[in-house]
Amino acid sequence: MTTSTATVTLADLTRMLRESAGEEEGIDLDGDVIDTPFIDLGYDSLALLQVIGEIQRDYGISIPDDAVVDAETPGALLALINSGRTPAA
Amino acid sequence: MTAAVVTGLGITAPNGLGTEEFWKATLAGESGLGPVTRFDAAQYPSRIAGEVPGYVAEDHIPSRLMPQTDHMTRLALTAADWALKDAGIDTEELPEYGIGVVTAASGGAVEFGQRELQNLWSKGKEYVSAYQSFAWFYAVNTGQISIRHKLRGPSGVLLTEQAGGIDAIGHARRHIRKGFPAVIAGGVDAAICPWGWVPQIASGLMSTVDDPTRAYLPFAAEASGYVPGEGGAILLVEEAGSAGARSAAHVYGEIAGYAATLDPAPGTGRPPGLRRAAENALADAGITPGDVDVVFADASGVPDLDRAEAQALTELFGPAGVPVTAPKTMTGRLLAGGAALDAATALLALRDGVIPPTAHVTAPAPEHTIDLVTEAREADLRTALVLARGHGGFNAALVVRRTA
Repeated sequence: MTTSTATVTLADLTRMLRESAGEEEGIDLDGDVIDTPFIDLGYDSLALLQVIGEIQRDYGISIPDDAVVDAETPGALLALINSGRTPAA
Repeated sequence: MTAAVVTGLGITAPNGLGTEEFWKATLAGESGLGPVTRFDAAQYPSRIAGEVPGYVAEDHIPSRLMPQTDHMTRLALTAADWALKDAGIDTEELPEYGIGVVTAASGGAVEFGQRELQNLWSKGKEYVSAYQSFAWFYAVNTGQISIRHKLRGPSGVLLTEQAGGIDAIGHARRHIRKGFPAVIAGGVDAAICPWGWVPQIASGLMSTVDDPTRAYLPFAAEASGYVPGEGGAILLVEEAGSAGARSAAHVYGEIAGYAATLDPAPGTGRPPGLRRAAENALADAGITPGDVDVVFADASGVPDLDRAEAQALTELFGPAGVPVTAPKTMTGRLLAGGAALDAATALLALRDGVIPPTAHVTAPAPEHTIDLVTEAREADLRTALVLARGHGGFNAALVVRRTA
């Protein structure tokens, strides 16, 4: 998998969203979704918990549980992941 | 009193995916029993099961629901979709709080649960699906059906092992009588995985015969226990006036009588409760044994339990007093899905005037004085009695009656 120094991109995030939580019918994740709230993309907090779990495993990083409520959009989640990198416990 | 009728059926069964495929196979005596393929059962004493063939989840389940659903819930969602479609009901047009969902369950989504527990033990908590929080849960079928179709009427889940499918339908009728127009009811189960297998082995009631045509022979002299299966049926139970007002495409029959009893504690010497459940259901329907045209038996396959059921039937109807059948010989016992599938099968029998056969059994053991139907038999059927017993002393009986 990707090393822990790589930046997580929107394309990475949407791929992992599809893999771990599926894709809502009628939603185009490949569109301009960076500032679209997750809830409008069809993802609830459990779906985010699921994808954050996958990101933590794949990138070997640790993301605070609060990210699920704090990061309301893909852009906010990516900023949180890519700025506040801490080594996995 | 308000009548509850069945206006939609959705069936996922080991011998047929979809109502008409199942019914065609059932009338032809085509069994869905075979060696277990969903997991490697070689090391277990029981190795035969009824598995639903040709089910491709992606064809039926939206991508968002795939990561959060067990095989059991996918089959249940599919059966519910089909039942609503069969009933011709558009849930978008119904009052949000008007329709309830009542399903039966046994152990919940054990295959999903086992996988995630294995992830926990072998890899660590970071590897456990967030969806484990609810996906394993025994109320999950009711919950997912309710969410998918935005049904917020009275809902619940009943756990009475193999009697649950009937209890769910009986409970749906209670909601209809309280004034709700319709309830989605029934049961779909799938526990063909080690975690679902082991507790059943521990009960000592499962067959260990390896020949799929000889493993589950209820009422036969060679009866050796039961074979489990997966699948079940979802029924759209509707208030008769509502069905009439919208000119429902099908009215399969009326839920005319229902009763449930519990067996006395072991050692009390009092008789088991199956006969009392049947008597109470007949009384509830306002009929006598002579009015019953066919009995769908619980058909345990465990010799002592077969004996108890045959005795109850003989006491109620007289020796060979009513045709008795067990089409579950072609599906195995479906846990929470079994009695719901039997109820659906009984309604199809009423519709077409034909009693489906008990497969693989050529004749009942001489000690059982019952008229066991072993070849499909045409008959003018107006009323059917469906019996079910759940491990732990549960008994349930349902009377379904043709309305036209």
